[in-house]
Amino acid sequence: MEKQHSYSQVKGVSTGTTILAVKFNGGVIIGSDSRASMGESYVSSKTINKLIQVHDRIFCCIAGSLADAQAVTKMAKFQLSFHSIQMESPPLVKAAASIMRELCYSNKEELQAGFITAGWDRKKGPQIYVVSLGGMLLSQPFTIGGSGSTYIYGYVDAKFKPDMSLEEAKQFSINALALAMGRDNVSGGVVHLVVITEPGVKHIVVPGDKLPKFHDE
Amino acid sequence: MALSCVLEPALSGFNFENSTRNIVLENGSEEGKIKAPKPMKTGTTIAGVVYKDGVVLGADTRATSDEVVADKMCAKIHYIAPNIYCCGAGTAADTEKTTEILSSNLTIFSMNSGRNPRVVMAVNILQDMLFRYRGMIGAHLILGGVDCTGSHLYTVGPYGSMDKVPYLAMGSGNLPAMGILEDRFKANMDLEEAKSLVSDAIHAGIMSDLGSGNNIDLCVITKEGVDYIRPHKESPFNYKRQAKYKYKPGTTPVLTKTVTQVELELLDETVQMMETAGSS
Repeated sequence: MEKQHSYSQVKGVSTGTTILAVKFNGGVIIGSDSRASMGESYVSSKTINKLIQVHDRIFCCIAGSLADAQAVTKMAKFQLSFHSIQMESPPLVKAAASIMRELCYSNKEELQAGFITAGWDRKKGPQIYVVSLGGMLLSQPFTIGGSGSTYIYGYVDAKFKPDMSLEEAKQFSINALALAMGRDNVSGGVVHLVVITEPGVKHIVVPGDKLPKFHDE
Repeated sequence: MALSCVLEPALSGFNFENSTRNIVLENGSEEGKIKAPKPMKTGTTIAGVVYKDGVVLGADTRATSDEVVADKMCAKIHYIAPNIYCCGAGTAADTEKTTEILSSNLTIFSMNSGRNPRVVMAVNILQDMLFRYRGMIGAHLILGGVDCTGSHLYTVGPYGSMDKVPYLAMGSGNLPAMGILEDRFKANMDLEEAKSLVSDAIHAGIMSDLGSGNNIDLCVITKEGVDYIRPHKESPFNYKRQAKYKYKPGTTPVLTKTVTQVELELLDETVQMMETAGSS
């Protein structure tokens, strides 16, 4: 996922961040840190929610300008619920990702926000889509994003296995986020995870002191 | 009389007209370049805290115009709805007008729908409006209120970002105030604790920030009603004028007096008849 070169270019509150999504056997885990920053040195929120539910089994995680990301997800939520009323059935994850892509691409001069859309639908099961800053749409088995993602590309490439169990996938996500938060100054706080499966959605919060430690003296 | 919903139905998609217009104005040709006017800001400390039975909002009362205190008793806690109040920091005019527009729209909404507005609705309307103006409206707001779903405190930034928080301080004095809040905030405090916490937070802002000062206003919102305490604490440094500044006529001696006759020439005279007959 594209990363902005300097987060001080984002006006207002920015979520310099680490976000990820990973497919496992039977569902998808989407996760993020919880820090929002303003400028280069002020943490404006330690507990911001970056996992936004756009439909019953579809979540988006946001990176970039908080205002732009919240506006786009609100718009997407509205359009998606309208779409699902018209179709009289739950929307496909691809539909949600397409709506976000449309908004990001048509307004690419003005908006500075990128998204990971992940969820479960009846047609293709668990899916993950990346919608980047300029409006690119890609489907991947796992993906990471935000400023903290650069520090964990090696880890996720080495440790990801297709068809993991729920426990393995959870540990994978928690480790990845903890490693990124340990090295990136604009990511931090607690780890938010959402597990999306056919039966339902579960929100897990791992507070900072319960995160795994990696040679932290 | 217009009966349709005052909140204008949003056009589909985003509307960045104002943004492009601003860019064109600022980057015009050498003669055509227009500099955006510098707005007056209220250096401010505002804070809000959620406690057991509701929300406590607090603010200082100083409005500055560069280095001069323009208003010593400025009201920064604005009425939105009977159960929702909003503290505003940033550009004085923007916070005033934004909250007034929000308040009138919500009043019309509750008359139309017969329901009291929810805090989250006020937040959504504010967010949509501020996002549309892309940060040009310099309003940093803390909204607090109690509705049928409970007590809520939200912050809305000038670019349209929002966050739901249990306590927060904003304005130029927000850093010292946040220090006090971070240290002493506990969930489910009782009223006196909450009031003293907010008051101390604003006090810290007043002491450590040049743009904040004078008195402290508090607003306590609960399910039962609103207690707007203005002022909660008066500044002990209120200046008492040492002497009268009125001068009796004759205080300044008249040295010379010259009278110049101004010659006026009558150029044109018209007479218009007026109907003044009363009804019989």
